Amino acid sequence: MDVLNRLLELLAGDPQADRAVPPTGFTARLTVLSAAAMAFLAVFALALSLATGRLADRWSAELAKTSTLRISAPQDQMDAQTRAALTVLQSTPGVAEARPLSADEQRALLAPWFGPDLPVESLPIPQLIEIIEDADGYDATGLRARLQAEVPGAVLDDHTRWREPLVEAASRLRLLGIVSLALIAVTTAAMITLAAHAALAANAQVIRVMRLVGARDIYIARAFVRRFTLRALLGAAMGTTLGTLAILLLPRADAAGGFLTGLGFQGWHWLWPLVIPALAGLVAFVATRQAALRTLKEQS
Amino acid sequence: MIELDNVAYNYGGAELFSGLDLQLAAGSFHFLTGPSGAGKTTLLKLCYGELVATSGQARLFGQDARGLDRDAVAQTRRRIGVVHQDCQFLDHLTLAENIALPLTVSGRTASADDLSDLLGWVGLSKQTEQFPPQLSGGERQRAALARAVIMSPEVILADEPTGNVDWEMSQRLLSLLVELNKMGKTILIATHDISLIRAAKAQVSARVLRLKDRRLQLAGADL
Ligand SMILES: Nc1ncnc2c1ncn2[C@@H]1O[C@H](COP(=O)(O)OP(=O)(O)OP(=O)(O)O)[C@@H](O)[C@H]1O
Ligand SMILES: [Mg+2]
Repeated sequence: MDVLNRLLELLAGDPQADRAVPPTGFTARLTVLSAAAMAFLAVFALALSLATGRLADRWSAELAKTSTLRISAPQDQMDAQTRAALTVLQSTPGVAEARPLSADEQRALLAPWFGPDLPVESLPIPQLIEIIEDADGYDATGLRARLQAEVPGAVLDDHTRWREPLVEAASRLRLLGIVSLALIAVTTAAMITLAAHAALAANAQVIRVMRLVGARDIYIARAFVRRFTLRALLGAAMGTTLGTLAILLLPRADAAGGFLTGLGFQGWHWLWPLVIPALAGLVAFVATRQAALRTLKEQS
Repeated sequence: MIELDNVAYNYGGAELFSGLDLQLAAGSFHFLTGPSGAGKTTLLKLCYGELVATSGQARLFGQDARGLDRDAVAQTRRRIGVVHQDCQFLDHLTLAENIALPLTVSGRTASADDLSDLLGWVGLSKQTEQFPPQLSGGERQRAALARAVIMSPEVILADEPTGNVDWEMSQRLLSLLVELNKMGKTILIATHDISLIRAAKAQVSARVLRLKDRRLQLAGADL
């Protein structure tokens, strides 16, 4: 909170102190420009980590949900095998619920292919059992072994498992997004430190005169810190606005676009980019303050 | 106020002076003369802590200058008004802003009346919005004196404050310093101007010190 107080005090400003340090047009423009570029990149890194985060969450939620057991058996053994399979499933750890689909449900599933009037009962079509897993999930290999022994006609189809590597990739992408954000923050800090150093060096004579009339280091530092913090804020605000607009204007294809068009913000996540200018200001504040106090200590 | 005790200084080469003692008691008025290059400016810099003695001790308001940290030096300088020989202004600030700078950096603002009175006295009322490079040498010197006194400091060190002004103006500047001395301020003026010293001695009891051949001596009564 100490930092926050100092930051607020600083932004409140002291126009006299600002006047004492001459404006440096070139470093000023460079600082604004680089802060804007970094903020623009940060918006995309943020959107990337949020989108991949959503994707990973959704896919892993689907993963956890269901699998299907298919029983193909001669008509007269069907009921017995179904019951046997249910018994096995109910005693399998990790299975929350197992439920044979009714004839109506099966008809509904087949309707797209064979039309609604299919006489399900009279056809040798397999019986489906929907398995709902609990949070921990079950051991698929173990279950298959038991089913093979007790229900010869059963085939376990845990079809959503192919998504597992995708979920992992999505999580990894989210991590990369976060790492990019951190790198952007570090680069911003480095760049602002360099700019502050340049400004301090260019103003060595001004600093000397201010000291001669009794200015404390912290006073001189504040004039620089305030300037760079405001520039970083301004640049980051511009960059964030442009970046957010760019994301807003991404073509919004239907669900088929999947991941690519999902790159954006949803709901209140649109507020996330607001954090970027604030963070840029904070980074600039800390970086300039350190640079200024250190340089002033060295300069005599 | 300010004491130099057995002080020596060199810029890396030969000693500029050594074994030098100086006491500026509260309310005293001193002149410092001596040939060009004798080290007058250097001596003043020791008195406001811009330089640190090579050996010996400088005490500013009772504190060893060597032991002062940055903030303490800043604090000390607010109690000492200095007219620098080369003025030391910020060229991007107006004259008025330059003169008010000591107040600004200590977080105060100059009252408009005080500022215009002071500017009037040093004859710069019309130049307040001009920038230092646009001023004549004499105008800059007068502004430097105005800046040195604006904080109403306890000690005023003036390095050639009248080098570039005419006789009449130098008398005005002198009378400002004399008035401040009568208010109890401690004054030290480094100057080559013998007539200025004579004029001052008619108004206050001033001691005249001469820096020559690496020694500081009391000048003869003829001055
Ligand atoms: N920063 C410096 N580095 C090296 N030598 C210096 C430095 N400043 C002054 N000197 C030398 O120290 C000597 C004394 O300089 P100083 O300015 O103190 O003289 P002064 O008595 O004020 O002269 P003047 O009457 O001309 O103003 C000079 O010979 C000068 O060359
Ligand atoms: Mg000199």
